[in-house]
Amino acid sequence: MSTVSTPSSADGQLRPPVPTAPVTLRINGETHTLDLAPWTSLLDALREYAGLTGTKKGCDHGQCGACTVLVDGKRINSCLTLAVLQEGADITTIEGLGSEHQLHPLQQAFIDHDAFQCGYCTPGQICSAQGLINEGKAHSEDEIRELMSGNICRCGAYVGILAAVKEVVDAKTASKQ
Amino acid sequence: MSTDSNTNFVGKAPSRVEGPKKVTGAAKYSAEFDVPDLAYGYVVSSPIAKGKIKKIHADKVLSLPGVLHVFSHENVPSLAWFDRNYKDDIAPGGSPFRPLHDDQIKFSMQPVALVVAETFELARYAASVLTVDYEQQKHETDIESKRNDGSEPGRGKTGYMPPARREDADKGLDQAEHRIRHEYIHGAQHHNPMEMFGATVHYHPDGKLTVYDKTQGVYNCQQYITKIFGLSKDEARVVNLYMGGGFGSGLRPQYELFLSVLAALELKRSVRVTLTRQQMFSFGHRPHTLQTLEMGTGPDGALLGLKHYALHETSRFEEYTENVVNWSGMLYQCPRTYLSYEVAPLDVYTPIDMRAPGAATGSFALEVAMDEMAYEAGLDPLEFRRRNYAEEDQNKKAPFSSKKLREAYDEGARRFGWDKRPMEPRSMREGNKLVGWGVAGGVWDASMQKAAAKATITADGKLTVASAAGENGTGTYTIMTQIAAETLGLPMEAVTFKLGDTTLPEAPVQGGSWTAASVGSAVKSTCEALGEKLLKLAQKMDDSPLQDAKFEDVEFVNGHIRLRKEPEQSVILRDVLQVSGEREIEADSSAMPNPLNMQKYSMHSHNVVFAEVKVDEELGTVHVSRVVNVVAAGRILNQKTARSQVLGSVVWGISMALMEETVMDHRYGRYMNHNYAEYHVPTNADIRDIEVHFVEEEDPHVNPLGVKGIGEVGLLGVAAAITNAVYHATGKRVRALPIYIDKLL
Repeated sequence: MSTVSTPSSADGQLRPPVPTAPVTLRINGETHTLDLAPWTSLLDALREYAGLTGTKKGCDHGQCGACTVLVDGKRINSCLTLAVLQEGADITTIEGLGSEHQLHPLQQAFIDHDAFQCGYCTPGQICSAQGLINEGKAHSEDEIRELMSGNICRCGAYVGILAAVKEVVDAKTASKQ
Repeated sequence: MSTDSNTNFVGKAPSRVEGPKKVTGAAKYSAEFDVPDLAYGYVVSSPIAKGKIKKIHADKVLSLPGVLHVFSHENVPSLAWFDRNYKDDIAPGGSPFRPLHDDQIKFSMQPVALVVAETFELARYAASVLTVDYEQQKHETDIESKRNDGSEPGRGKTGYMPPARREDADKGLDQAEHRIRHEYIHGAQHHNPMEMFGATVHYHPDGKLTVYDKTQGVYNCQQYITKIFGLSKDEARVVNLYMGGGFGSGLRPQYELFLSVLAALELKRSVRVTLTRQQMFSFGHRPHTLQTLEMGTGPDGALLGLKHYALHETSRFEEYTENVVNWSGMLYQCPRTYLSYEVAPLDVYTPIDMRAPGAATGSFALEVAMDEMAYEAGLDPLEFRRRNYAEEDQNKKAPFSSKKLREAYDEGARRFGWDKRPMEPRSMREGNKLVGWGVAGGVWDASMQKAAAKATITADGKLTVASAAGENGTGTYTIMTQIAAETLGLPMEAVTFKLGDTTLPEAPVQGGSWTAASVGSAVKSTCEALGEKLLKLAQKMDDSPLQDAKFEDVEFVNGHIRLRKEPEQSVILRDVLQVSGEREIEADSSAMPNPLNMQKYSMHSHNVVFAEVKVDEELGTVHVSRVVNVVAAGRILNQKTARSQVLGSVVWGISMALMEETVMDHRYGRYMNHNYAEYHVPTNADIRDIEVHFVEEEDPHVNPLGVKGIGEVGLLGVAAAITNAVYHATGKRVRALPIYIDKLL
């Protein structure tokens, strides 16, 4: 029998957290000024402060990709960056790609190919696919599979995701020629 | 249904009706509802697996401005006293775990406190610095140490069937020409749906609660919190419109529900509690299971005797059971069968059903053993299965309500090209890769539960149908819309299906692959009840051509009610509504299983899986290059969503075979790889060709829709087919999952 304490008790008073301050973010072309603590992640800023819950939290550790958004056109895990670091950047979330009545081609392709089941990883998959298209690297099925592998889908809709992304990538390639 | 129908949707492949909401981020999951004056709770988890909480040093964190409360056993108000108040519909026997009830620690990562603060960040920080003193006691977490301490469970949980025992299996084995006996093992697995468990409790000014909770059963959660907190049903509405995956983890109320409701009632304000990914490993898992299979055949390959034994853990406080060995008494013909099943308590949380509980694992052991037996007897593994085809359910001594497994064998073998398979292991190669082909399959219950529904049609011809079922990716919104639209001859766009809300008629928890059968039958019967009312109104119209028609004489097609025999004799449904002068017409009904048929028939779905693997001989890496999964599951309501269910099941099977395992460090009694980086599941790059096929299987007995459910059956046999393919590729027989590299080098 032994005694343990967690976290190991430190002496003295707890230091109060750093106070909040206004942070200005440009999200989907709109300016949001939010009162945020410096340690608020971009993901929490979107979901809990800006009311944009389309971006999902699946692990909060950069392991699952559910929180993928586009920052200046590049896909990132929004749980791995602080909101204050993104002042001045152009942030695009799933809400900025399309709407229910005006679907983005990737959103339409995801529906057509049933590239999701529960739908929780889907916004991240779609933002990631847009990032992939922006990068212009992936063309073959194997390249798409590999470069979409930062986004976990626990329902296992990978066959549909591949088909949906391939369709949009191919259409982009064809329109360029 | 007539050939000229445009409102014939069942069996077709419409896209998900909720698709646009899911792909745009508009679908709201439980932790996403915007409610006023919201406080945030963060859970503190125990670092020890067994012992006592000596002291919770709450004072320090309470001095932080913005921290509202630290809930723990030291200050939780007195709640319901008896175990029965904490028992949910899915609870196994025993005493359910009560969060923050006393100072006892029963499992690692047990919630010991809830810190509530004005913001999420503050609650998280305060929780991270909350000091808790524990008195640690010696724990036991290793099932391997309980090999001789298992015992047969008592009654088990609802749905548990004590294994069937037939004639003397040893006698059959003694007569056998070929015999095998091996042990098969898999570790613990966690469901890990993408969405973490979370609840938003909206505390209304009148003290009533609307609880948005991640759950597979809103009614189950409602009865849980009303009984514990002494609330009326009117005071506790539970809602779940979208669930970011469940796979069984949400069958029982999880502790975010208890904690958020407790905090909301005590603080008299709205509270959100979301668990972390690490905490997703703290409640319920597929148990670590040890199985032994023994079988023997005669010279012709007929099974003469079969024994199957399984042992897995349960918690110290509840007796969790699943049907692991039963399938071995019914998938193949074998009169001399002995099945036995035991559980042993450990200092872990109670396991909970995980996709095809018992069958996913039992069929793994059985189907690898069948492959071993086939090789021992010198028979092709598929031919061996054909020779032992079960024409009836020998456990129940009853005929199958339908069984097209033989057709599935034929179809799968043809699609896969099984006839080109050389029997000898290590006989196929592609460069430095060894190639192997394996086959396996399974059997799963076609269940049905009582369910109720309500339907309302308004003067503009719009139909709303409601039942408190769940949508966790299974396609519930879509198939119910199809059934309702077809039953009343309306376009799918004119139909809205509502679910996941305790203000709607009751539906069973979303599990057991029974939603299509149960809620689907209720939706059909309710729409028919509404149809009868509409017919009566149509008959009141002047010169109605349907004047003397009985309900059986008419059909609802293309927005018309018409005579089946004289389709030109029809009225427009919208005219009926207009002329009636009614603003809306409502009907409710329910459906339940037919007890006579249930007694008379064995109702089951079946599948067979063919898998190809490529194994790098030097590195031992395994890639599943091709899978064909053929399913016989009655009528398929939606080809698109059903296919996705089976595709997902194949991904789960690949995961089970090659990746998934929660690893316990027994020194700490804790699952160590409790995150998405170390708990491995497949990514897109791990998945190659998967072909899904449904064989036609008409079943007039199983339920009014003839459906058997497809959420679980597709997982059966996948891990075994891959394991068997690995043997065929390498000549190495792996009997412990997952097949990591070290097992092949």
